[in-house]
Amino acid sequence: MNRLVEKGFRPINSLNDPDDGHVWSFRQKLLLGFSPREYFRQVLHNRLNWVIALIFAVGLPLILYRYVMGLGAVTHASNDYPWGLFLGFGLFVMVPLSASGFLLGTAVELFGQSKFKPILHLALLNGLMGYSFAVVYLLMDLGRPWRLYYPMFVSWGTAAVLFLVGWHVAIYLSVQIMEVSESFFEWINWPNAKRFIKSGTIGLTVAGIILSTLHQGALGALFTYAPGKVHPLWYSQEFLWIFFLCSSVFAGLCMVIAVSTIVEKTMAWRCSRDFLENLEPITIGLAKGASMALVTYFVIKLIGIAHDNEWAYLATGWGAWFMLEMFLGVVLPIILFSIAIRKNSVGLVRFTAFLTVFGVAMNRLDTALISFNWNLYQEIPHPFELIISVTLFTLFVVVYRFILYRLPILYSWKTAPSAAYGTAAEEKLGPDLAPAPAYRSSSGPPRG
Amino acid sequence: MSRRRFLKATIAGGALALYSTKSALGMAEFGGYPEGMGVLVDLTRCVGCRTCEAACNREQGLPEPDLPFDDPSVFDQTFHGGTQKRRTDEGAYTVVNRYETKGSGGPVYRKIQCNHCNEPACLTSCFVNAYTKTKEGAVIYNQDLCVGCRNCMIACPFRIPAFSYSSAFEPRIWKCIFCYDTRLKYGKPPACVDACPFGTLSFGHRKTLIKIAHERIRSEPEKYVDHVYGETEVGGTSWMYLSGVSFDQVGFDSTLQHYPILDNAKSFLSTVPMILAIWPALFMGFHLLATGGKGEMEDKESQNGEEGRGE
Repeated sequence: MNRLVEKGFRPINSLNDPDDGHVWSFRQKLLLGFSPREYFRQVLHNRLNWVIALIFAVGLPLILYRYVMGLGAVTHASNDYPWGLFLGFGLFVMVPLSASGFLLGTAVELFGQSKFKPILHLALLNGLMGYSFAVVYLLMDLGRPWRLYYPMFVSWGTAAVLFLVGWHVAIYLSVQIMEVSESFFEWINWPNAKRFIKSGTIGLTVAGIILSTLHQGALGALFTYAPGKVHPLWYSQEFLWIFFLCSSVFAGLCMVIAVSTIVEKTMAWRCSRDFLENLEPITIGLAKGASMALVTYFVIKLIGIAHDNEWAYLATGWGAWFMLEMFLGVVLPIILFSIAIRKNSVGLVRFTAFLTVFGVAMNRLDTALISFNWNLYQEIPHPFELIISVTLFTLFVVVYRFILYRLPILYSWKTAPSAAYGTAAEEKLGPDLAPAPAYRSSSGPPRG
Repeated sequence: MSRRRFLKATIAGGALALYSTKSALGMAEFGGYPEGMGVLVDLTRCVGCRTCEAACNREQGLPEPDLPFDDPSVFDQTFHGGTQKRRTDEGAYTVVNRYETKGSGGPVYRKIQCNHCNEPACLTSCFVNAYTKTKEGAVIYNQDLCVGCRNCMIACPFRIPAFSYSSAFEPRIWKCIFCYDTRLKYGKPPACVDACPFGTLSFGHRKTLIKIAHERIRSEPEKYVDHVYGETEVGGTSWMYLSGVSFDQVGFDSTLQHYPILDNAKSFLSTVPMILAIWPALFMGFHLLATGGKGEMEDKESQNGEEGRGE
C-alpha cells in the first residue's frame, strides 16, 4: 500500500472527492477508493494476508470444532486447571494492554495534554479492540457462552469480584464504543451524532477512569480467591489489585507505543502528517509516563514481598523465575527507558516498549497459569488451545487493521464543502494529501 | 443525557455499590446456620470398602464407573506423573483414596467430597448466584443459572467442583450436594452415611458433631491427632474429619486459612464504593486545575471544525 501511495494513489480521507466534489459512497469508503477489482488485487498482493489466510484455514475449523465437541476437545483445561490460555492470554493479558484508552483519554481530555492528541484516537481504539477481544476469548472459554448476559440481567452474584469485572467490562465497553464512535460517525457522515458524543466527552472520560481503576484491579483481586494455589510471590492478598492496576498503566502506554510503531512502519500511507511528525515526541512522552509507572510498580512489588515476608522464596526456583520476570519486564525497561529518554532515542524507547509488553504478558500468564497450582503439577496447554488463541489474535489484528485503514483514527477526516475544491480545497485538505491528479483518471491506476 | 436521567443513573449506580458492599461485608460473621447439619468422618474407622462411593453413585444417578466399586485396584491409580490421586469429577461426587502413612500400622483411607463450607468460596465467587447454602447446611448448585466460567473451581480450597468439559451444549458443575433433594431436605442422612458399614461417617447437627469429635479425641488421645479438620478451616465446613495421622499425610491441605476465602477479596471490595464516590469529584477537580476551567480543548476543537466546514 505504501508503494501504491508513492505511485500516486490517494486513499479516501474526506467526505467529498477532491477532484469532482461528489460525496463518496459507503462502498467507495469501504474499498478505500479502489474499484472492487483493484481492491482485491491489492489484498492478494499483501503477503501478510496469505499468512492470515493460512492461520484462519487451520484455526476457524478448530473453533467450530470447539463449539460442537465442547471445551474438552480443544483444551487441557481440567478440574484442577479450570482456566487455560483463553482466559490467561485473552482476558488477563489483553485487558491490561488495553488500558491505553483511559490513560490517553485522561491525559488529553481531562488534563488538557493536547500534545498527545494525534495518538488519542489510536489509544481509544486500542482500548476498545482489546476489551472486545477479551470478550471474544471469554466466549471461547465459557461453558455456556450464550448466557454471557446472565450476570447483568438474570441473576446477580453481587459479592463476587467476577461480578464487578463483568459489569465494569460491559459498561466500559459501551463507554469505549461511544468514544470511538466519534470517528465512526465522521466516517459515515453523521455530524449530529458526532457532536452529541463530543458533548459527553468529559463524562465518558471520567467514567473510563472509574471503571478502569475498578476492573483492572478486580482482575487482580480475582486471584485472592485462590490463596495457596497461586505461588506466594505472585499472590498478595492486600496488594494484588494495586499490582494489576499499576502495571496496567505502563502496559497500556507501552502497547500504544508498540502499536504506533507497527502502524508507522506498515501503514504510513494511512497516517496524517500531523500523526507522523508528532509521533516521535509523543513516543518519548509516553515513555516518560510508562517509566514513572514502572518505578512505582517496582517499589510496590518490593513492598509486597516485604509485607508478606516472602524473601525466602526468592532463593527457590520459583524465585528465579519471578526475578527473571521482574528483570525483563520491569528493571531492564526502567534502565532502557531512562537511557532512551535522556538520549532522545525513539528506537530504544520502542524496543523497550515491546519488551515491557512482553513483561506484562509474562506477569499475567505467570499469575493465571504458570504459578497457578504451583504445588500440584504443571499443565501444558493443548496444541489446539494454542492454535485457537493465535487464530483469535489474528482476527484481532485483522479487525484492528480493517478499522485503521478506514476510520479517521490515524488521520483526520476532511469535511471540505463540495463547492470549494481545486487549489483552495487541496490547501485545506492538508499537506499530507499530496495532490496526484494523474492517478484518478479513467485510464486506470499504475500497479506495482 | 438529561440531568434527570443522569441523576437517576447516579443514584442507581450508588445504590448498586451500597448493595454490593453490604451483601459482601454483611456475611463476614456468618458461621453457618444454627441448625445446620453435618457429617463427621473418622478416618481411623475407614477400611476403604468404597460402599459410600457406590451408594452415592446410585442415589445421584451417576454413570457406571469403568471399574466396579469392589475393585481395590483403583487405589493404585495415580495421575499427572504419579503426583495426583483420584479426585471427584463429573462421574463421581465422592472418592476414597488410600494413603501409606508412617506410624499408623497400615494404610489410611480418606473419603473426599464437597465439604459444604459455612461460607463457601464457590458461592461467594459465583457472579450469577448459581450456588445456595441451605439452612440444613448443604451447598447446592443450580445449573439453570451457571454460565460455565469455572471461577468456583478456582476458588474452592478443596478442589471439589468438577466441570463436564466434554459437553458442548449442557456443560455444568458436578459436585456433592449432600443428597439435598432426596434426603437432607427431609432430615435424612445422605446416602453414603446410610450405607457405611463401619460407622466411619456420623450424621448430625454440626454443633453436636464438633462436641462428639472433641469428646473422641479427649477419651482416646493416643488414637487421634488433636485437631478436627473442618471446624475452623476456611471459616468452618459442614463435613469434618478426625484422623489418627497428621492431616497433611493423608492429602489434606493443612495450610488453609481459618477464615472464609471471601475475606481475602474484602480489602478490594471495600475500595469499590469509595472509588465510585471519590474518583468523579477528584478527577473533575484535576480537570479544572489542569485546564483552568476554560475548556481550552473544546474551543480549539470547534474552531478546527469550523475551519473545515466553513468558508
